[in-house]
Amino acid sequence: MSLRADAPAGVRRFSPTERWVHRTTAALMGVCVLTAACLYVPQLAELVGRRELVVRIHEWAGLALPVPVLVGLASRAFRADLGHLNRFGPHDRTWLRAALHRDKRPASRPAGKFNAGQKLYASWIAGATLVMLGTGLMMWFTHLTPLIWRTSATFVHDWLALTIGIVLAGHIGMALADPESRKGMRTGSVSREWADREHPLWRP
Amino acid sequence: MNEDVHEGVNDEQPPQRGTPVGRRVFLGTLGLGALGVVAAPRLQRGLEDFLGGAADKDPTGLTGLLPNGGGFRYYSVASSVPRKNADSYRLTIDGLVDHPTTYTLADLKALPQTRLVRDVQCVTGWRVPDTPFEGVRLSRLLDTAKVHPTAKAIRFTCFDGTYTESLTLDQARRADVLVALRMQDKDLGHSHGGPVRLYVAPMYFYKSAKWLSGITVTDEVRPGYWEERGYDVDAWVGRSNGRDDEPTS
Repeated sequence: MSLRADAPAGVRRFSPTERWVHRTTAALMGVCVLTAACLYVPQLAELVGRRELVVRIHEWAGLALPVPVLVGLASRAFRADLGHLNRFGPHDRTWLRAALHRDKRPASRPAGKFNAGQKLYASWIAGATLVMLGTGLMMWFTHLTPLIWRTSATFVHDWLALTIGIVLAGHIGMALADPESRKGMRTGSVSREWADREHPLWRP
Repeated sequence: MNEDVHEGVNDEQPPQRGTPVGRRVFLGTLGLGALGVVAAPRLQRGLEDFLGGAADKDPTGLTGLLPNGGGFRYYSVASSVPRKNADSYRLTIDGLVDHPTTYTLADLKALPQTRLVRDVQCVTGWRVPDTPFEGVRLSRLLDTAKVHPTAKAIRFTCFDGTYTESLTLDQARRADVLVALRMQDKDLGHSHGGPVRLYVAPMYFYKSAKWLSGITVTDEVRPGYWEERGYDVDAWVGRSNGRDDEPTS
């Protein structure tokens, strides 16, 4: 608490644990996406070859993907933010409606610590990651499940991978467009002006 | 979460915890994923029909990148594969034969060609319908080399330096097993295993070794590359690898 009072220049947004969780998750997701591209896009597959090695890396990175979040659960700050991400208030409905109508005025985009878009993204990507993990395991350990399931798992894995790729590109694109938001994830604190403008209902 | 309640007391926001929409989205995504697995066979058939049709009219080729967007997928187990052309390509037949032979591409082209049109079925699920393959019957090459009576099987090697395959002698003598020079009525390109690949019509496509360079007659089946990694040696489509695809030949 005293930390915040001592640092008038910035507002504390993420704890070191949270940033560590984000960084390792992002790295693992990056490995999954890159290896997936090398297995899937014919031109890259031709360039890289080494199919067995690439598959191994992909499998282990995928298996490790949920670990940072699970470890992060030990942190009170991380659990508190999961709570913020989970709970939707009336202002989130307002935010979503504005987003649907492409209304970019700050007044029509009320948000707490996380805006409604960030909340939806977080919940969806968490679920999607577990679906990828589940279908991935079915493709990996084919003898653990009825074997007809493998084709079905491949089907879901492929299409969801494509969807995740697009959504992830959106996530990264939005981060690229907002340096202060990136600074929050990099250093842990953001400027007061940014917090007031982007997250007016946030009371850090 | 108690802090929220206290903080909520000030101005704009009512002091409530809100609906757990995040949890619902999370669980909903999981549920949809499970539903997708259950409904996959039906969904996949519909999509294949749709995308197969779309791919025919798609000049960009982007549909080929969609899952099951029709067409082949490139798998190579080696880090890089040398390119061979009509000058540099050689196919050797050795092992338990009276007349070990080396064929050039021109030699193979000069032999009677057989054209087969069957579906291609990969063990990972994708299927390409009605794909023409053309080449020399493997049985013809074996007869020319005069296989010893003690021989039981064939080992195939490839000029990628890594991949291997196997067939029993009976399987290898089937009329629908070719040393293929052409696919889809075009000379086999490098990425499809050209200039020469094996084509084993009734089996999963991993049996159809790309970049074929060696045919060795042996006295027992030596499992090939993927077979040492858990795939079935007798890879009949629909009757192996725990799959029930419609047979291709």
